[in-house]
Amino acid sequence: MSDLDGFRSELRAWLETNCPPEMREPVRDEDDVCWGGRKFQFKNAAQKAWLDACVAKGYTVPDWPVAYGGAGMTPPQAKIWREELQRIGARPPLSSFGIWMLGPALLKFGTEAQKVHYLGQVARGEIRWCQGYSEPGSGSDLVSLQTFGEDRGDHWVVNGQKVWTSYADKADWIFCLVRTDKTNKYQGISFLLFDMESPGVSTKPILLISGNSPFCETFFDNVCVPKAQLVGELNRGWDVAKYLLGHEREMISGAGGGDRMNTIGAILSRNTGSGAGVEDPLLRGELAMFDVDALAYGAMGEKFLDEVKVGKGHPAGSNMMKYAGTELNKRRHELVMAAGGSAALEWDSAGSNGGSRSRNWLRTKANSIEGGTSEVMLNVISKRSLDLPGS
Amino acid sequence: MPLYHTEDQAMLADTARSFMGEEGTIAKQLRHWRDRQCKDGFGHALWQQFAELGLTGILVSEADGGLGMGHVEAGIVLEEIGRNLTPSPFLTSAVMAGTALGAGSAELRGRYLPGLLAGESVFAVAIDEGPKHRPERIKTRAERAGNGFKLTGSKAFVVHGGSADMLVVAARTSGSDADADGITLFAVPKDSAGLSQDAVRLVDSAMATHVKLDNVQLDADAVIGEVDGGRALLNRVLNAGRIGAAAESVGVAGGAFDMTTTYLKQRKQFGELIGSFQALQHRAAHLYSELEIARASVIKAQQLLDGGSDKAELMVSVAKAKAGKVSSLAVKEGVQMHGGIGMTDEYDIGLYMKRDRALAEFMGDQYYHAERVAQLSGY
Repeated sequence: MSDLDGFRSELRAWLETNCPPEMREPVRDEDDVCWGGRKFQFKNAAQKAWLDACVAKGYTVPDWPVAYGGAGMTPPQAKIWREELQRIGARPPLSSFGIWMLGPALLKFGTEAQKVHYLGQVARGEIRWCQGYSEPGSGSDLVSLQTFGEDRGDHWVVNGQKVWTSYADKADWIFCLVRTDKTNKYQGISFLLFDMESPGVSTKPILLISGNSPFCETFFDNVCVPKAQLVGELNRGWDVAKYLLGHEREMISGAGGGDRMNTIGAILSRNTGSGAGVEDPLLRGELAMFDVDALAYGAMGEKFLDEVKVGKGHPAGSNMMKYAGTELNKRRHELVMAAGGSAALEWDSAGSNGGSRSRNWLRTKANSIEGGTSEVMLNVISKRSLDLPGS
Repeated sequence: MPLYHTEDQAMLADTARSFMGEEGTIAKQLRHWRDRQCKDGFGHALWQQFAELGLTGILVSEADGGLGMGHVEAGIVLEEIGRNLTPSPFLTSAVMAGTALGAGSAELRGRYLPGLLAGESVFAVAIDEGPKHRPERIKTRAERAGNGFKLTGSKAFVVHGGSADMLVVAARTSGSDADADGITLFAVPKDSAGLSQDAVRLVDSAMATHVKLDNVQLDADAVIGEVDGGRALLNRVLNAGRIGAAAESVGVAGGAFDMTTTYLKQRKQFGELIGSFQALQHRAAHLYSELEIARASVIKAQQLLDGGSDKAELMVSVAKAKAGKVSSLAVKEGVQMHGGIGMTDEYDIGLYMKRDRALAEFMGDQYYHAERVAQLSGY
């Protein structure tokens, strides 16, 4: 125990010196998030300094092995790291699909050379990744995907179309599900990595109901992918994909993030401009009921992470977290809109921070669709946890 | 502290599960005593068995001969009580009165704890004064008289009051009804002159009383803790009862859920097992997910309470409200998914519905605790 206490005070001292004050302010919008990558523009010097300091210590991916750019923290140490960040309200130094999604998949399925190369780039924030999963005809029924890689000896030639590729226009590389055997549905898909600057890759942002374009359509026209860029076994990409989806669902669920004791009612009532409606008794009651659910869910997130770290993870844990977390987040934004009244309707005005409330509200509607719909999550829980017939 | 049970706690859970699963079953206890119109609503022999396992002293300090455990451990026992709908005075006597007596004088502890440890005594707590839980307002008065106090007032929803050897009574020794200060807890023996109780059988077959205190004269040594400064102790007793009831609710929900999913895998209609219908699968999966969340909120609150955290109060209310919401959903879905057979007395699912309703009300329902979450959060 005293070792961990010592560890905590070392981290605390390090953070005091290395986490700039600007990086202890809450994230207000997309600009405040450090995504890294070749095209990334730092918003300010503090954002870069904070990233550099963390990269030097392996703190962008604290629980990854040192050889792959991490700090090699044990689960209790990583928990202390998160607690210490939360204590001072520090922003994550680096946010990326490379950390949350590709990283865990490579750690499990990658070759040693792939781990050293790709994980190191992710840890240092050098390469920003996007995910090529969904296709126009393959949403919930992902395994029906058609993008095809033709075997040409030392490489594949990939043709097809992906959709809902988040931030594809900002990403450097893609991890992509590609059919490599048309005769076998599940065991005919491979997990390929390739550069978005490869000839034949094009991407086009899609305008969403939020007025923003975080998602893209991505087209592959005779894209050449060297065979060394296959992760896991040929035609067994579905195993990698499912494993990665577990981490994606965890990410979308919000497990492990945020101050678990800060209630929405308290936040809204502190800021009377955004929460004028908190005085309405029935709305206040709904906020209170929401806060009960949200704080309970926070405990579930903590329990979920604690159990995963010691291998006691629940068979459908990430599905439950994803389902409950996204439904809760949608409810949260409905309440933010209701509490804000007509002020929350402002889409384009001086005082509305670019219409952030209404845009964020609309954005959350995707939470229960992306990474597997709520309905798919419930199907998985029925099957894996409840063992219900025919599911 | 990680949010799962330690090895010792997992062992206790195994013990509690097999004890309650063998001795505390619905057939052996709840139906047995209910069908005999038992005036206690529970069996004293089972209470003795609790004692033989040391469970009656679970929260009693080791110095006083108990196990000196915490709310996580008490909750482990309560979850199994909930799962089996086992009627027992464990929550009122061992958990709530046990918490109160722990703050009492050596004299009081010596008078009451041995009986609790031996499973010979039953205690009740008399806090509520009306049909809803409003412990912020205490009207029952205790006036200084002789070498002690004279209590006057009335109490409601005193579970096991009629079976209790002693009632822990919250009374006002100064101030007005809604003051935080001026509260004192008393240990009132059952045969005190001026104490009368009207027995009521509740919907879940538990027995409770309406208590009347008419100039009940007590010696000064009946005071538990401080005179006038009893609010903090009362809160501790309330928190113990709330988190205990929440743990029991999780057990009730789990028991109802298990019965229901078993039924979904057996019952055929339209030539198919009804559990293969997606309309039911999704509701069952939703319920399961909610149940896991409720369980997490309960262990979080138990740990915070055991660790003396200043966040414990908030999380206890979260857990009581959440467990109540989820348990209510579990029993309602349980009866509906069982269809017609779920409405019969012969089938157990309806008993879960009744127990859930009583537990939800005990120590504050989801509305009371959601309101409390709002207030503690500053809105």
